[in-house]
Amino acid sequence: MKVPILEARNISKSLGGKLILDDVSLSLEKGELKVLIGPSGGGKSTLLQCIHYLHRPDKGDVFLEGRSASEMGRRNICAFRQEIGMIFQDFNLFDHLTAENNVAIALRKVKKQSKAAALARAREELARVGLADKASLYPAQLSGGQKQRVSIARALAMDPKVMLLDEPTSALDPELIGEVLNVIVDLAKSGMTMLMATHQIGFARRLTSEIIFMEKGRITEAGPPAELLAPDSRSRTADFCAKLNELMGQG
Amino acid sequence: MNPDFLRLLLAELNQGLWLSLKIIAPSALCGLLIGILAGAVRGSGYPGFLVRPLNAYVALFRGTALLAQIFICYYGLPGLANWMKPFFTDHNLPPLWKIFSLSPYASSVLIFSLCSGAYHSEYIRGAILSIKKGQFQAARALGFSPAQTFWTIVIPQAVRRAWPGCGNEIIYLIKYSSLAFVVSAKELTGAALSVANSTFRFTETFFAAGLYYLIVITAVTWLLNRLEKAFAVPGFGRDL
Repeated sequence: MKVPILEARNISKSLGGKLILDDVSLSLEKGELKVLIGPSGGGKSTLLQCIHYLHRPDKGDVFLEGRSASEMGRRNICAFRQEIGMIFQDFNLFDHLTAENNVAIALRKVKKQSKAAALARAREELARVGLADKASLYPAQLSGGQKQRVSIARALAMDPKVMLLDEPTSALDPELIGEVLNVIVDLAKSGMTMLMATHQIGFARRLTSEIIFMEKGRITEAGPPAELLAPDSRSRTADFCAKLNELMGQG
Repeated sequence: MNPDFLRLLLAELNQGLWLSLKIIAPSALCGLLIGILAGAVRGSGYPGFLVRPLNAYVALFRGTALLAQIFICYYGLPGLANWMKPFFTDHNLPPLWKIFSLSPYASSVLIFSLCSGAYHSEYIRGAILSIKKGQFQAARALGFSPAQTFWTIVIPQAVRRAWPGCGNEIIYLIKYSSLAFVVSAKELTGAALSVANSTFRFTETFFAAGLYYLIVITAVTWLLNRLEKAFAVPGFGRDL
């Protein structure tokens, strides 16, 4: 049997005494794009952060290419995190660094590359997301869409095996969403394995192999979009998406 | 004005100024360093056994008069060492106890550094607390260790944010360096006092000393502003 590149097994997590994740499992094959949807507070972000070990799960384990994260020491967890790229809703670029240094800093400090090599790689990745001409600008001088593209370049420069995207377009003006989605489409086409929390249903439907619906800390439905979103499916997912579409006026 | 008096005044004040600068420069540097380290530990969620002693240090130095601190360091500590003598054979203190009898200069620099450091650490701690949580998350997500996060992300941002406050503290330090004269370090104020006492020309002498302080502080203010500008980053306090 093929080992999935990333597997989350029976993850539970409480924060502040409240159960946020309740026995959640999922797995990703290489090159797959899966989409997490569901109402806010349903546990999508916490799940992504647990998979990344930014939060240590209370129960359960994460496996990257079969290696268990719970059995790694602190040092190895840092190495584990390098192999998983994380994209945040509000970008989290380092405010005191230019775009190119935002991308280069982890290469230099974490991967111990020389400054010249790191900057060369940074410019390459910025060019890939269409920001070659913005390399020397600071986050405060970039638009939201540009910031998110820098953060994608920053994650890509680490050569991650998997990318986790936590509502990458939710903090963006409608006009800027397209430029970020285009980058994500390119990534998907190039075979990057991705798990993405999003409310962009139309986008999800076109690209994903599986939609995972989360509510109240559990995965309540999962399946290919054609199945879950079929007009006669009567699924919770279809209902939720219909409401989103009503609000946003798009399909 | 009598040229002899003027010559004496300038000679004494210049000498005093030189000693003042020799007290201020190391105190400012050590104070800033102590403040960054203490503030960093106090602001970064380290365990209590590291934080509590530093909190006590800050409470002690912010909570007592600077004048009293200098007196205790210069006059009090040697007394303490004397009091300890009977506990050692032949009444000979081990060399380590020599640090309890410091020169006026060393006591001044030590106390000013520690006092300044206590205030700096509050500015740094506040700046660290103001750094957005996402900055830490992003660093961890990229595989930074806590130490790497601290030195490459937290400190560069915190020092920029704290800089106006820290600069303010350095300006204060220049003025509280005048207290060194109470332990007989003849710095600017001490020099002015001795000229005034021997010539009875208090008005001219202290106006001149005040002018010296004003010039030093203007120069340091200019330097601090230059540094602030040199390290300015768009979106971080001062806009370019």
